Amino acid sequence: MTVWFIALLQALLCVALAPLLIGWVRRVKARLQNRRGAPLLQPYADLRKLMVKETRVAHTASPLFRVAPYIVFVATWLACATVPLIALDLPTARIADIIVLVGLLALGRFFLALAGMDVGTAFGGLGASREMLISSLAEPAMLMAVFTLAMTAHSTSLVGVMEHHLTDGFLLRPSYLFAFGALVLVALAECGRIPVDNPTTHLELTMVHEAMLLEYTGRHLALMEWAAWIKLLLYGVLIVNVFLPWGIATAFTPAALALGLIAVVIKLALLGAALALGETLMAKMRLFRVPGFLNLALLLGLLGLLSHVILEVGA
Amino acid sequence: MSLAVLPLLQQFVVLLAALALFLSFVLLAQTRLVAAIHVFAWQGALVAAVTFTVALSGHAGHLYFSALLTLILKALLIPWMLHRLVRRLGLERHTERLRHPALVVMAGVALVIFSYWLVLPMVEQGLAFTRNIIAVSLALVLIGLLMMVFRQQAVAQVLGFMSMENGLFLAAVSATAGMPLVVELGVAFDLLVAMVLFGVFFFQIRDSIDSLNVDRLNRLTEVESLDSAPHHSADGWS
Repeated sequence: MTVWFIALLQALLCVALAPLLIGWVRRVKARLQNRRGAPLLQPYADLRKLMVKETRVAHTASPLFRVAPYIVFVATWLACATVPLIALDLPTARIADIIVLVGLLALGRFFLALAGMDVGTAFGGLGASREMLISSLAEPAMLMAVFTLAMTAHSTSLVGVMEHHLTDGFLLRPSYLFAFGALVLVALAECGRIPVDNPTTHLELTMVHEAMLLEYTGRHLALMEWAAWIKLLLYGVLIVNVFLPWGIATAFTPAALALGLIAVVIKLALLGAALALGETLMAKMRLFRVPGFLNLALLLGLLGLLSHVILEVGA
Repeated sequence: MSLAVLPLLQQFVVLLAALALFLSFVLLAQTRLVAAIHVFAWQGALVAAVTFTVALSGHAGHLYFSALLTLILKALLIPWMLHRLVRRLGLERHTERLRHPALVVMAGVALVIFSYWLVLPMVEQGLAFTRNIIAVSLALVLIGLLMMVFRQQAVAQVLGFMSMENGLFLAAVSATAGMPLVVELGVAFDLLVAMVLFGVFFFQIRDSIDSLNVDRLNRLTEVESLDSAPHHSADGWS
């Protein structure tokens, strides 16, 4: 019973921490660009503002347009709940493996793209088609990286992968290095961060994610934005906890859980700062160079798989 | 041999070899000549680091010397010579248009799988901990060959050739405890001579067809050469 309670608590924590992470990334980025930047808690204020505002819906919109924000939010939230955040051996992480996680993210993305096309404006369709282009290329790369991890641990469950990593201790695995590179590239593409998509842009020519949300207002917009932030948190937690699982709680004592929380917050803060630094240093690439970028991710995933077979298992 | 039973230093060798393989792929798909030369220099440095780490963990004293030789020759001297050639040929900002880059990279992945399959019986014989790297070094050789086949730019082909040599050297280090010193010195000298000859050839090719795109050599015939010469020079570099 307490296990399910902790799982619920962790799922709520995902939702609560996501705006903080995006606020931190924006803050670091602003400081790197010599701006003062918005306060750390600004995303919470934005969400509250959007929630109390009136929600208007275009008169050409179908019911799908109204339910899509809820489906996208819930699918992303469920996906995030399956990733071990502060404690390892949770029932939510046991019942869903990595393939379910990829599937849940795909479900959310499907409805996001449908909602983008629903109203029938040019930008919505454009954004949806670009999002599908990017995700159709990112998904194979993500699966390759995930299979590399799964082959090492002989399990497709994230708990299994992390447990294997924790018991093995520190090993210089080339396959993990390649899988890490592939996952980082996929995360940048899927979360719409800078080399692929600019999250702050409202320039028509370059929008991908924003173009699909143009028709949304009020609480619908709040849910869509929140879901995007949860997705960023999900990929961040996936990267730090799979490759550096140290600190995560393996027992359900308050001390271990507190340590797990502190560890994951520090790891995410470092990752967020690295993301902000990368976004400051790099320029956004042209849309038609994105396939090349994701081909690199796929190559890294494949090399991870091959180097596991060739270099790590042996005969 | 499972990675978990190896000491940290030997794991590091395996990691460096995997990175050298990755750089081979980067070299295969890199369209900018100067960047490709830098990638080649890093690959040479990685191969030297592998040799050095094998020497550290295996106490094979003469490998220190080959590591030093590789570092000087492949990471510094040959890249410097190539860089100077590219500058003298005015190709610093040259980019090559690759046909089907994704397909070629997938062909490279297929070559890695092929070389693993080829090496499998040898690995089962059971050699030192470096035996897993033999497949990687064979893949390096084959990818260098692939690069020579599908690149049209003469300098890029030379880079493919040199990275083949990197693979051969890695194979020598991983399959045996390195070649005898005389052989290594001979190979190093051969490489240097080859590099000088390549430089001479670059200028010859450029003088005769006004380009370093070796595909154009196919068009050179006795009859056509006279009336198609102005056409070539109008194209400029390619």
